[in-house]
Amino acid sequence: MHSQIFQDYPPKDKSSLIPLLQDVQNIYGYLPEDALQEIADYVGLPLSRVYGVATFYNQFRLIPLGENVIKVCRGTACHVKNSSNVLYAVESALNIKAGQTSRDKKFSIEVVNCIGACSIAPVITINDEYFGRLTVKEIPTILKKFTGSPKPKQAESTTEKNLV
Amino acid sequence: MVQLTINNIKVNAEEGMTILDAAKSVGISVPTLCHLKDLIPTGACRICSVEVEGQRGLVPSCAFPIYEGMVVDTNSPRVRRARKTIVELLVENHPQDCLICVRNKNCELQDLSEKYGLREHRFVGETKDHAIDISSASMERDPAKCILCGRCVRVCHEIQKVGAIDFTNRGFASIVTTPYNKGLNISDCILCGQCILVCPTAALREKSTLKEVSNALRDKSKYVIVQVAPAVRASLGEEYHFPLGTDVTGQLVTGLRRLGFKKVFDTNFAADLTIMEEAAELISRIKNNAPLPMFTSCCPGWIKFAESNYPEILPYLSSCKSPHEMEGAVLKTYYAKKMGINPKDIFVVSIMPCTVKKYESNRAELSEETHPDVDAVLTTRELVRFFKMVGIDFEGLPQDTFDNPLGESTGAAAIFGTSGGVMEAALRTAYYKMTGKDLEHLEFESIRGLDGLKEAVVNIDGTVLNIAVVNGIGNVRQVIDDIKENKSKYQFIEVMACPGGCINGGGQPIHQIPEKVVKRMKALYQIDMEMKSRRSYENESIKALYKEYFIEPNSHKAHDILHTDYVNRKKTLKN
Repeated sequence: MHSQIFQDYPPKDKSSLIPLLQDVQNIYGYLPEDALQEIADYVGLPLSRVYGVATFYNQFRLIPLGENVIKVCRGTACHVKNSSNVLYAVESALNIKAGQTSRDKKFSIEVVNCIGACSIAPVITINDEYFGRLTVKEIPTILKKFTGSPKPKQAESTTEKNLV
Repeated sequence: MVQLTINNIKVNAEEGMTILDAAKSVGISVPTLCHLKDLIPTGACRICSVEVEGQRGLVPSCAFPIYEGMVVDTNSPRVRRARKTIVELLVENHPQDCLICVRNKNCELQDLSEKYGLREHRFVGETKDHAIDISSASMERDPAKCILCGRCVRVCHEIQKVGAIDFTNRGFASIVTTPYNKGLNISDCILCGQCILVCPTAALREKSTLKEVSNALRDKSKYVIVQVAPAVRASLGEEYHFPLGTDVTGQLVTGLRRLGFKKVFDTNFAADLTIMEEAAELISRIKNNAPLPMFTSCCPGWIKFAESNYPEILPYLSSCKSPHEMEGAVLKTYYAKKMGINPKDIFVVSIMPCTVKKYESNRAELSEETHPDVDAVLTTRELVRFFKMVGIDFEGLPQDTFDNPLGESTGAAAIFGTSGGVMEAALRTAYYKMTGKDLEHLEFESIRGLDGLKEAVVNIDGTVLNIAVVNGIGNVRQVIDDIKENKSKYQFIEVMACPGGCINGGGQPIHQIPEKVVKRMKALYQIDMEMKSRRSYENESIKALYKEYFIEPNSHKAHDILHTDYVNRKKTLKN
């Protein structure tokens, strides 16, 4: 299935495991189960070990990302500005935890360490859009903008609004 | 040699030894949790920490090599404090249910808690909350009780080379589990239970069928029969303070009678029967140029391993059922007819040193339409619990002998419980079948012992057989690869999934005494030595069984009742 990726690596070589996982994730945006088994067979490791590595590193994802990726900043400045409450509010609004994707595949939540926008802490990003100086109350309204109609249109309109 | 000082005692030890081993050599014991003898140390749990002069922090003695002039204190207040804290942290993240735990009084965490005098809960915090995996017929996995020592993982990967479970996730979310946290029943696990034997707590344990058995014994409509595997008699005594390797067959028979079983039969009988069938199969394969090498099929762990990893070699497996399944099948056909009992009313219980046998007895291939060959399997450990529950004082029991006709056996059957035993027993009979003469020298020393792969060349009247004996399922991979590449020289291969064979099976008593396997092995060879008949074809009850029922080995009827077939269980990719 992934012969094109595999040809860059010698077979039965354990040290290729992480690069292979990265390559496969670059294609799909996540690591499908069948691909993990294929990688395991190729590098000569049990599936359990490959799964162990894939779940150990934060960079690997076992489920596809949602249509909209919410990144909640938990850096120092945001932390001081109560970003834990922001995270909690986002999680409860979508009824999923950080690292998960909502059942309708509309949203994924990720926690990041600092997105470099400390001046507007606490801050989250949804796709490429920044929402700063957030209060917990605003979160449902922001999320509402991303539900329903297709993504590109939504993004345009919200950007306009933000400019105004 | 290196000279060092441990607790003010001058110690001369070999270079390259760890502090732990050097201390042990002078009678100083250091507690361990993650340590497993003969495997590369991980130093994960830190309970073996000791103080070494000149070292800034405490060092893990299981992983730290000794050097000349080293000064070690294994018992300083600092060491004791550190160890106690480690135990406290482990205990606080562990269910506080010792009283109702299957490993109560046989738990390494409990022992450490006692040793370091834990009297209060100093740390209270979040605890792990994981569901119990009861998906398999043989084993249960309770990750809440797991202390992440990693012993099961290392046995599974490094010794058995199965790799069904591993550490997943990280930090507090770490859990030893199968890929995608799916049930053991759909993982690569062969249910050998070697992980149970090394688990310090009850995170891994057998799935008990004690209740079914005890209910059947109360059921007046059931004719409940028990059979005992060869390896159980060599290990059961350990649970009752008999010296390692004591043969307790006599007490075992009495104990089982007192539990209320109508008949107490011996799986050794069926082991002799297996040999009759297997030897005949081997000879016919040699004569008819059928696929060789032929693999033995007594070990259900091996069968499961072959079915799910190497389905292409299934034609090489002997079609013989494993001995306890044969015994069950004979009980529900020949014996039922002889005694005038409806096979549906017979409830066969097997006492086995094995966890996979539980799964095996549930296999559809080993069942008739109305009833399975064997109804329930109890491990050696469960039998001990049963004896305790019923109030049987095992040590004081008088000795008794098995019922007949399915209780008679030869020395060849006794050694079925150890690696090399099935092969040796088969050769004794195959020799007779091929030459018409009794084999004089019965002992095949080169296939005895604990090596993972043992081989021998046997010349039977001009027919040269290259044979191999594999124990520890990981060692079979190379053998199979050789066959696939047409490089194999063998004609007959015995495989047992557990290192050492059934004597070290996953259902055996749990304790970490290294000599246990060798001692149990000796006990079985001793039983063989003392037997009047030591060749399976000399078993009078077996002769009668063929005369009255099966006619001859591999007859149509024998194939119907004593043989089975295998299923390709390899996981296939969806696209």
